[in-house]
Amino acid sequence: MKILSIDDVSLSFGGLKVLSDVSFDVNKGEIFAIIGPNGAGKTSILNIISGFYRPEKGTVFFKGKDLTHTPPDERAALGMGRTFQNIALYHGMSVLDNIKLGAHSHLKTGLFSGLWYWGSAHREEMALRKKIEEDIIDFLEIESIRKQPVSALAYGLQKRVELARALAMRPKVLLMDEPVAGMNAEETEDMARFILDIKEEYNITIVLIEHDMKMIMDISDRVLVLNFGKALTHGTPKEVQKHPEVIAAYLGQKQAKTMEKG
Amino acid sequence: MDIFLQLLSSGFLVGGIYALIALGFVLIYKATNIINFATGEFMMIGAYIFYSLMVYLKLSPFIGFPLVIICAAILGFLVERLILRHMLGQPNISIVMVTIGLSSILLGLAEIIWGSSFRSFPPLFPRKPIILGEIVLRSNLFYGFLMAMAVVVVFLLLFKYAKVGVAMRATANDQMAAFSMGINVKTMFTISWAFGAIAASMGGIIIGNIGGVQPTLGHIGLKIFPIVILGGLDSIIGAVLGGFIVGIVENLAGGYLDPYFHGGVKDLAPFVVLIFILLIKPHGLFGTKEIERL
Repeated sequence: MKILSIDDVSLSFGGLKVLSDVSFDVNKGEIFAIIGPNGAGKTSILNIISGFYRPEKGTVFFKGKDLTHTPPDERAALGMGRTFQNIALYHGMSVLDNIKLGAHSHLKTGLFSGLWYWGSAHREEMALRKKIEEDIIDFLEIESIRKQPVSALAYGLQKRVELARALAMRPKVLLMDEPVAGMNAEETEDMARFILDIKEEYNITIVLIEHDMKMIMDISDRVLVLNFGKALTHGTPKEVQKHPEVIAAYLGQKQAKTMEKG
Repeated sequence: MDIFLQLLSSGFLVGGIYALIALGFVLIYKATNIINFATGEFMMIGAYIFYSLMVYLKLSPFIGFPLVIICAAILGFLVERLILRHMLGQPNISIVMVTIGLSSILLGLAEIIWGSSFRSFPPLFPRKPIILGEIVLRSNLFYGFLMAMAVVVVFLLLFKYAKVGVAMRATANDQMAAFSMGINVKTMFTISWAFGAIAASMGGIIIGNIGGVQPTLGHIGLKIFPIVILGGLDSIIGAVLGGFIVGIVENLAGGYLDPYFHGGVKDLAPFVVLIFILLIKPHGLFGTKEIERL
């Protein structure tokens, strides 16, 4: 069953065509990876899905609803979580405060009762805190750093806190922009394990962009390959790896030909 | 020693009032990165509205204050929605010019509505000066200080604990991340303009109560610049401390140095301190250290 559909989307900045007629579906509960060389339009696709860019042409469907003209904050409230390529944590705040902000959209009390932590807002806050503490912090193994300011943490841990914040939103779909960029082998392995567990335990659909081919091929259910703003192909990791155009895009035309000849 | 304590304490009281006005400026800058040159005029309009409610409508101050808060919030709301919303994404310098233009428009409007003559408020507080040992404090200044501090504390608590405040901090920190947390960033811009206008108008009432109100009351807003730059443009605590520093420095300089010159040292001194602090801490005492890549 598809949860997210990108239908015939095009985008350009001035004269530069960033995406042309890209279409794909993401099924519920799968890990869907988008790969491609630098400048292929991967982050632009993610920004279109989360609503930061508006496509010139085409539609974004989420749970069967047309979201093309919905602002990003409403999409977040509908169940789209997001992590960023450059860590976008609130640096002055503690790990716990950052994670709590993720649950912002689920605080249902209005402006005036929400002004102070009184009454129903207070109880909501407590229930929320408990849920966060028990679930997500445990799950991501960040128990020991919960009180620390995020700016004091190592890069890999910051990425993990950002993931925790996105999970606190209890999203249906999690969009991850290069979750393991700049990580060492051990951190990458941890993150890959977390991503798989998120899919299994929370039943969250994951759309991710990554350059780490080994990880992509290990954990993804399906892969979409972009090149110069066009969808080259999509399929299982195995299918994609064998696709001649993908090999060409990654290795260059010449090498691909030599490889074909053997 | 007496004169020193006297100057210090009245400087402290004035500083508290400056802190409130600076807060009005920082609330807007922090969330939207807009330097609001019309802060002084927001004060002046607040003071005039309060004056009109008191003198023409003969309302009690207890009704007057909430009404001014509502009017200021509406003013902030309108300015953001009608003018600055359309400037999103424009170069900073254009936005700054818009706020300068806005200050002239508000000044002109005030002259059209209330005329340019000087008016003084009906007495709000008991006239009896406050005497602490050797120190004598003017009652308007003392009660004005208490009022300013009350408003500052409310804003500080709001920012620290309220959902709106936390959402505003998140917006100030990273707009894209705020969006993807489900925070409506544009609404936060509007709210910060409303909050900024409320803080400025409260400051305006206090200043108007001390020195009377006229359209040029907003010129005191120029003092905000040494305060907020000293404290760091985006720091609320910095605005409060900067307010106190400037209040005390200008009072001490005025008291001790003005007799030797032909006056004017009082207005100059905060800027001298400002330059020294910026030499040591270029982002102000508490400002965000931002690396600008050009």
